[in-house]
Amino acid sequence: MMSAEIKGWDRNQMAARAARELEDGMYVNLGIGIPTLVANYVGDKDITLQSENGMLGMGPFPYEGDEDPDLINAGKQTITEVSRTSYFDSAQSFAMIRGGKIAAAVLGAMEVAENGDLANWMIPGKLVKGMGGAMDLVAGVGRVIVIMDHANKKGESKLLKQCTLPLTGKGVVDRIITGMGVFDVVEGGLKVVEIAEGITMAEIEAATEATLVP
Amino acid sequence: MVKKVYGSAAEALEGVLFDGMFIAAGGFGLCGIPENLIAAIRDAGPKDLTIASNNAGVDGFGLGLLLESRQVKKMIASYVGENAEFMRQYLSGELELEFNPQGTLAERMRAGGAGIPGFYTKTGVGTVIAEGKEVKEFDGQDYILERGMVADLSIVKAWKADESGNLVFRKTSRNFNPPAATCGKICVAEVEEIVPCGTLNPDEIHLPGIYVHRLIQGEHEKRIEQRTVRQREEA
Repeated sequence: MMSAEIKGWDRNQMAARAARELEDGMYVNLGIGIPTLVANYVGDKDITLQSENGMLGMGPFPYEGDEDPDLINAGKQTITEVSRTSYFDSAQSFAMIRGGKIAAAVLGAMEVAENGDLANWMIPGKLVKGMGGAMDLVAGVGRVIVIMDHANKKGESKLLKQCTLPLTGKGVVDRIITGMGVFDVVEGGLKVVEIAEGITMAEIEAATEATLVP
Repeated sequence: MVKKVYGSAAEALEGVLFDGMFIAAGGFGLCGIPENLIAAIRDAGPKDLTIASNNAGVDGFGLGLLLESRQVKKMIASYVGENAEFMRQYLSGELELEFNPQGTLAERMRAGGAGIPGFYTKTGVGTVIAEGKEVKEFDGQDYILERGMVADLSIVKAWKADESGNLVFRKTSRNFNPPAATCGKICVAEVEEIVPCGTLNPDEIHLPGIYVHRLIQGEHEKRIEQRTVRQREEA
């Protein structure tokens, strides 16, 4: 299973694969971690990035010396604006999220179940930091795309029959991108949409707890 | 005109603080936080506070000051990962914590300020957030009932104000400040610059002065939490 992870996509390849999900004209929210890398691969596509702390039209990190403490992303990192940028308050920000105006969110996960349940905010007994905007995002946006490793650090499948951790959202995930391939949540389980280079279907079957449907 | 401008944060808070009160605070991380008013609340010393704020500051700055001084009984927040003292007090049972999804927290403030005592949202349906809350189906989808929030006091930070309390914010420092301002029975705002009435363009006011009762001009450290930069391309 470990060798399967090495043969498949690395983090940047997963981010590049996720970028292919985005289409011209989309307003998109990218989560913290691997999802942030997706912005590096959108190329010439006309994508507007939303930051849930109150910004549409998020630009790249500033050059050294140009940092502005009044201009940060949802990960509290300094960023820049672009020519189409607009700012608004947090109630307005989540009105557009909850109201379904954001076409897609790309976010990380600890576990995804075959029915689309998502767990990514809490491990009981460990330090609990909070869900931030994740519950609102998965409940509200048009399409939820998860990028995550196929297995956890113990080598166990993160694509499960049922989540074991407290949920972020119930039946909310549309598509999962792991180092082994691309999976859609469909009736009866997960459908393999694409297999990463160097990975076989048998390896995916061996590494996946969730029901795989043809 | 009724006087809204006060000489200091301490003066602006005179007569409004009491033990056990509920305070709503603006800010996201350390961006757009009312740092002068927080410090003045620490100095004034009210205890057993319940504070609604998206985050809890960091050790030694922002709301972290009120945690260090043990003035906070309960936090209502969406994310508290940046504060070691917060975690210590929470894990030892000294501090109560109520997690609200970020958009639910913002909407609770907005609704409370708008006279709406509750609203239905699909955020959190089927999660621990829904426990103990009414679930209602609309058009085939489940929603949970969340309460609007009314605070005894709101403390907010803006960029500019005129003397009547009309506020203008700058970039992403707006964040929770407008909804927090509206949900307080009394709102005290701190700004970087107070200008005479007639100076701001009425079409470009972000928050009308009706929501702002007291106002101070303050010095702001505006600390950066995650300084992130990119390399300049070689010419």
